[in-house]
Amino acid sequence: MDEKDLLILQLLEENSSVSVDELSVMVEIPARDVECRIGDLEGAQVIRKYSAVIDWERAGKGEVWAIIELKVNPERDFGYDRIAERISKFKQVRSLRLITGTYDFQLLVTGKNMQEVARFVSEHIAPMDRIRETATHIIMKNYKENGNTLCGHEGTERIPYSF
Amino acid sequence: MRNFISKNAEAIPPSGIRKFFDLALTMADVISLGVGEPDFTTPWNVCEAGIYSIEQGTTSYTSNRGLQELRDSLSEYLKNHYALRYDANREMIITSGVSEALDIAIRAVIDPGDEALVTEPIYVSYAPCVTLAGGIPVPVPCHEKDHFRLTPDALMEKVSKRSKVLILNFPNNPTGAVMKRDDLKAIADIVIDHDLLVISDEVYAELTYEGSHVAPATIDGLWERTITLNGFSKAYAMTGWRIGYLCAPEPICDAALKIHQYVMLCAPVMGQIAANSAIRNGEDEKDKMVTEYRVRRNLFVHDLNRIGLPCHVPEGAFYAFPSVTSTGLSDFEFAEQLLKEERVAVVPGTVFGDAAKGHLRCAYAVSRKDLKEAVTRIERFMSGLRT
Repeated sequence: MDEKDLLILQLLEENSSVSVDELSVMVEIPARDVECRIGDLEGAQVIRKYSAVIDWERAGKGEVWAIIELKVNPERDFGYDRIAERISKFKQVRSLRLITGTYDFQLLVTGKNMQEVARFVSEHIAPMDRIRETATHIIMKNYKENGNTLCGHEGTERIPYSF
Repeated sequence: MRNFISKNAEAIPPSGIRKFFDLALTMADVISLGVGEPDFTTPWNVCEAGIYSIEQGTTSYTSNRGLQELRDSLSEYLKNHYALRYDANREMIITSGVSEALDIAIRAVIDPGDEALVTEPIYVSYAPCVTLAGGIPVPVPCHEKDHFRLTPDALMEKVSKRSKVLILNFPNNPTGAVMKRDDLKAIADIVIDHDLLVISDEVYAELTYEGSHVAPATIDGLWERTITLNGFSKAYAMTGWRIGYLCAPEPICDAALKIHQYVMLCAPVMGQIAANSAIRNGEDEKDKMVTEYRVRRNLFVHDLNRIGLPCHVPEGAFYAFPSVTSTGLSDFEFAEQLLKEERVAVVPGTVFGDAAKGHLRCAYAVSRKDLKEAVTRIERFMSGLRT
């Protein structure tokens, strides 16, 4: 992995639909070279998949998002891994992390409405073996997502010229 | 009533295209490539340091030279980044932007009648500052065939017995030209032979894309005859904070300090605190911005050449400098018609001296999306010219 690879990754993370030709100009290497490098990065699972960041609220498909925290009894020989795998298989679970502090897992969960999220937690997550305690936090407003500020404005208007 | 305006103030030209750009202010949906400042806002950790200093009530004057901590950080930074050695206590002044640093540097060394050699194309303030100090600016043209670098031949042609100062600005505004070590060595011989002083404005030093910036004061025999100017505006997106600095051998620095203490007293303290934070914690953010400028440069220059506006690859700063001579229009006509017809604002080269005739300064310190749209509009404008 060299500087060119890192720049390709950075540019793809920002906009995964950028063309190979454009990448070639931006990164200052031939298009064929770009293709090879992307192929290698995909092969090595450095690039996991290409996706879009969608504002579902604007798409008229508003969803409820919640952060669920779990206290978990780890399993002999496997620690947290097997239970994490089970939980992560639910499509409602959008992310799952092992964390330090009072709780062990932190989940990001979506549902059509609050009832759906509550039902999911009480029917599927809380009753699982090894789950000792849950805490559900409904997300009220997103201010920043994936490094992008979603509200307010940055900076002031610039004058249109200077020498 | 007498005419109260001084001869000096009358002698400096007003900004000739101000009226033309005032038009841009009244138009909607203008993409401006006319702005010589970063489109990024100052990194938040830097802003935060400035805000905190105000909250703590740090709103006083500082010493004339500037905050000790900032000068100590700068001395270390210049040594590590550019191999430049300046003593924080004797050879450095923190100024209100590089603009002030330039002014006090010129006034510290120019006597009435002295000639200052000023490379062209160049940013508009150098020659008027020389005039205001009673000196005579002498343009030294840099040509496109040399990628707008200063050549020994061009310098030899203009140097005279009255020459005292050579003003350099590399990476250059408006051409993006960069002087390599060999280029500077070739110039150094002439500077030493003719006993000249160099004033080097290096505010774009961090925006050097191929290789690293070479400071003229690091060339053998030049340190003792160079005033190095730099600042935080461009590299750290801190234009509004107005923090620059002047470094020079002690006697010259002392002379500049006298002028600074009478006209400015000191640079704003909150700006100095923010600048110190930029130097200590702003490296990552700065590097990200530099990478982004380079990506934009590559795209934009590629596109300009593709649509028929020949443009060399600028190795520094954030300006592309394409030629419009093939269109049959002057740079002023091209810029004016482009603004009116397609709402893209660029600066006609002529503003930066005769050597810049037939070129446009296009700042690519705008988002990639806007750059792309600007190219589409320029292309449409050009196809209109052909029909």
